[in-house]
Amino acid sequence: MTLYGRRRLTNAVILALSFVATAMGLLVLFLILGTLLVHGVPALGTALFTQITPPPGGRGGLANAIYGSVVMTVVATLAGTPVGVLTGTYLAEFGRGSAIASVVRFINDILLSAPSIVIGLFVYEVMVVPMGHFSAWAGAVSLAIIVVPVVVRTTENMLLLVPAGLREAATALGAPRWKVIVAVIYRAALQGMLTGVMLAVARIAGETAPLLFTALNNQFFSPNMNAPMANLPVVIFQFAMSPYADWQLLAWAGALLITVAILVLNVLARWIASRSIATQ
Amino acid sequence: MNIEVAPRAAAEPAPTHARGRLAVPSVPADKPRPAADAAPKVVIKDLHFYYRAFEAVKGINLALHDKRVTAFIGPSGCGKSTVLRCLNRIYELYPEQRATGEVLIDGENILDAGQDLNLLRARVGMVFQKPTPFPMSIYDNIAFGVRLYEKLSPQDLDARVEEALRRAALWDEVKDKLKQNGLSLSGGQQQRLCIARAIAVKPEVLLLDEPASALDPLSTQRIEELIAELKTDYCIVIVTHNMQQAARSSDYTAFMYLGELVEFDETEALFTHPKMRQTEDYITGRFG
Repeated sequence: MTLYGRRRLTNAVILALSFVATAMGLLVLFLILGTLLVHGVPALGTALFTQITPPPGGRGGLANAIYGSVVMTVVATLAGTPVGVLTGTYLAEFGRGSAIASVVRFINDILLSAPSIVIGLFVYEVMVVPMGHFSAWAGAVSLAIIVVPVVVRTTENMLLLVPAGLREAATALGAPRWKVIVAVIYRAALQGMLTGVMLAVARIAGETAPLLFTALNNQFFSPNMNAPMANLPVVIFQFAMSPYADWQLLAWAGALLITVAILVLNVLARWIASRSIATQ
Repeated sequence: MNIEVAPRAAAEPAPTHARGRLAVPSVPADKPRPAADAAPKVVIKDLHFYYRAFEAVKGINLALHDKRVTAFIGPSGCGKSTVLRCLNRIYELYPEQRATGEVLIDGENILDAGQDLNLLRARVGMVFQKPTPFPMSIYDNIAFGVRLYEKLSPQDLDARVEEALRRAALWDEVKDKLKQNGLSLSGGQQQRLCIARAIAVKPEVLLLDEPASALDPLSTQRIEELIAELKTDYCIVIVTHNMQQAARSSDYTAFMYLGELVEFDETEALFTHPKMRQTEDYITGRFG
């Protein structure tokens, strides 16, 4: 066989292998989405959003769980984002080459890959036990701890992507360092940073383990942040494991809701990111 | 913002014998020299510069005159941009860089530890090789620097922005789209926006670091016309790879090589009767 023929053959084999690998990955994804749609769509309806979780055999929806998930996700994002943005700013703008920054970066990477159940147990120890009861505050805190490392990492990366020339140009006008960062660098990196926050939201929206140990669950509608609060992941977990058909149906509906919400967030984040590249 | 590679090569003349001495309009040797200038605006004394242990500038002495254009020429890596970056201490952004010696602006040593760097940079404006518009509107690009140190009424600020854009020969092209993002302008317009931004804060010294090297010939010409106009008010220092540009637009020229100042003279004298062999070789294209 000629050298050229061999190269063509290698090319064909590798291409075929890559195609099969891609197909397998996509197949799993579409199986999950398909199963969710098949089982979840029949359970969709207005009751899902207006009624609270029912007892077995009763009629109901997921209103309290949706409310709890939204509230805890929002609180966690609002708490975790500033910490993450400021830490990422320190790493990218002030700590370049410093030993402390290397340590912070290393610890952040560990936190980024920490199993979320460990974070749940940690918050259980430091908040739930001293307070004596489960609460939505504890749930929001454990989710915030998951938000921080994601935002730190994306913020640092996005700030490092800002060309040094922009930093020099703003500094050369006599702008103090904080002004350079806030008025120019953040603006240049804004879309990338927003993408990071949205990815963090998508991540915590589906977290179950940390909430199991902190917010627990609530059969009723409770806006009290100082008490256990229903949330979609834990409700899905509980309902899906139950022997009751109507609870299982609600679990499918909840799973579909979360998946679609995360899908939308991810697509939105990618769209924002692609727009930021287009404008530069 | 990917205009750096090709146009830059185009803007730099090919190293042929045609440029250099022959390309410069020759001046009779007995032409009377311009009257001696007033006291220099900037005096550089024994300036050394280090990137970590590497000495990039090896003790240069030089005086820059007010309302005159001084050009720095020399091959890549000779330290000409580095000298420029000492005049507003922009190198302080990078901890591994440091300068020793003295740079006196109006008699005050700006390399002193006690200098307020932000105030210094408000006095010494700088335009970079690559256009660096801020990611904000054209108006805000200009107003950004002004707002830092002056509290102007909206009308006065409008007037200042217009004045700066007019002086940078950009006003007619952007007056109807001041709210548009600065990044939407073309490369040449962006560079003129950066010049407008620098002069809007009314600096005393204006540093231009290869301001036209990323631009096409037409934009380059506009920038050179602009330099000629601006020198009535400022002490201008320009670093350039383009010797015709240096010859056309400067009053004084400094030739640097390997971190040392080889020759410094009035531009006409340096280009027509270089005293040093190295200078002659460089401007006639024999090396560099």
